[in-house]
Order: sequence, then structure tokens, then C-alpha cells
Amino acid sequence: MSDHHDHAEEGSPLTETELRVRALESLLVEKGLVDPTALDALIDTYETKVGPRNGAHVVAHAWADPAYKVRLLEDGSKAIAELGYMGRQGEDMVVLENTPKVHNMVVCTLCSCYPWPVLGLPPVWYKSAPYRSRAVLDPRGVLRELGVEVPEDVEVRVWDSTSEVRYLVIPERPRGTEGWSEAELAGIVTRDSMIGVAKVQAPARGGRR
Amino acid sequence: MTTPDLEALPAIPKDAQGPVFRAPWEAQAFGMALALHARGCFTWKEWAARLAEEIATATARGEVDDGSRYYDYWLATLEKLVAEKRLVLTDELLTRKDEWDRAARATPHGQPIVLPPSR
Repeated sequence: MSDHHDHAEEGSPLTETELRVRALESLLVEKGLVDPTALDALIDTYETKVGPRNGAHVVAHAWADPAYKVRLLEDGSKAIAELGYMGRQGEDMVVLENTPKVHNMVVCTLCSCYPWPVLGLPPVWYKSAPYRSRAVLDPRGVLRELGVEVPEDVEVRVWDSTSEVRYLVIPERPRGTEGWSEAELAGIVTRDSMIGVAKVQAPARGGRR
Repeated sequence: MTTPDLEALPAIPKDAQGPVFRAPWEAQAFGMALALHARGCFTWKEWAARLAEEIATATARGEVDDGSRYYDYWLATLEKLVAEKRLVLTDELLTRKDEWDRAARATPHGQPIVLPPSR
């Protein structure tokens, strides 16, 4: 009967995508290619343990320790590994320093390569076509849209990530943070500043500027 | 990936602009690719190239790529790659998908969906 037609949908129907994922996962597990416990542990790591605070730790350490910054700029992967953060995709980490003369920003024009070990997983806008294409064509325009005005006499460099090379930006250390502890410094470093699309702001402390 | 001492650091929001994954299936798809790479089923260079190709194809057929469909492309890449490597064949996937579909529809709402033991 036509008025009972919707009842065919009783039960707990899954979406097409959910079905595809369940099909693939159950087959991979059956074939012994994926261990479900290890898979859960891996997902948990990315959801809760890996995130931009790893990168913030790296940046704060570089701000506080000039010798570490030198090592970081010379060999990013090695210096980042000193702090215990390592990639599994075999990628090289290159660290770029923003200065009063040079502003670096990072994109992946082809897909969404991103320095997971230090920044976690990329935000949605990083993966969007507008960012991927416009960051290269009109970096100053993109930065302006994201609230960063880069003066004309500052050179903007755009770095296109690949599966083999990923980038981390050391933002400029804001004035008024002299004498701050590394933990305090790490607390003001944002994800976007390490992609090179934001500046780090020092909050006024104790009512003083 | 090692797990450093996170408690020593101030907590910075992981993703101020929303959660890392928007649905459990995104996390599952993400994890499966990493797990297969870790087993040596493909290189990461190979993976990135295929994902880029998948995204470029979607853009070419006029899909609006605002980043929200990223894991759809991820999943499609994964399905193609496992079929090519003959780890999981396309036919197997389609059959299993139907089995999950029947199981889901036969499961009262709120109960865990499981595949029947003999299929």
C-alpha cells in the first residue's frame, strides 16, 4: 500500500558513504591487513593527542633558545625530532622564519599535504580549492582576507607542500614577551600563525600593554 | 609518531574552527589509509599523488571543493588503491556493502549493527 511505503526505511539504515567505509574496513580486518585495535589507537592519537600545541612547543623553544632555532632552520626534521615529534610518512620538515622583511605562508596546491606531527590535521579551509589556488595567485589578498596586512616592503613567500616536504612557519615573536617562560610563549602561538596566515599577538598582562 | 609529554605544555585548542573529523567514518577512512601505509601497502608519495588526482578530477567535473568533501575524496582514493593493489577487489566491496545495508535495515534503531555470522 502506497501509504506504508516509507516503512521500508525502518531499522537503522546507513548512508552510502558509511556503508562503503564499513565494507572496506570489515574486509581489511578479515584479510588481516588492518588490526582494529591498532586502528582505534591511531585514530585516537590524531583526534586527541596530535595537534598544533606540538608545533607551538617547537616555536616557543626556538624563540627561547637561539641555538635551537639555528638547528631548526638548518634541519627541521632533526630538530623537531629532538622534541619527540616525528612523522611516519617519511616527509622532510622545512622550517621557515618570518621576519620584519619576509612573510612565509604555506599551502598545498595539489591536495592537502600538511605537517601532521606538529600541527595535527589540517583545518577545512586549508583543504578548500579557493585557498589552494588563491594562496599562490594572490597571497597578499588571501592574507588580507584572513586579517593579516603585509606591508608592501615585506616580501611574501608562498611554499607549496608535497608528500615529501612539509613546512612549519616560525611566526615573529611579539614585542612585550621578553622574559616569558617557554610554556607562556607556547600558549600564544596559534595554528594559523604556524601556517603563516596569522600573526602572533601578545595579550596585555596585568593591565599593562 | 611518538607521544610526547603533553601535560608539560599549556593546552591550545586542537582545532578552534571545528573538530578534526566531522563524522566517525571520516576518522575510519583516515586511519585505514595510515594503517595500510604503515604495513607498506603503498608509499606516501603514491598516496598523495593519487589523492591529488582524485581531487583534480572532482574539480574538473565541477564539484564545489570547499574542503568539506575532503574525506570523500580520501575514501574514493583508498577504494581505488586497494583494488589496484588487489588487496580488496571492487566486487568484494560491493557485495560486502550490500550485506551491511541489509544488516543495517534489519537492525532496530539504537542497537549495534553487526553482520550475520553466515552470509
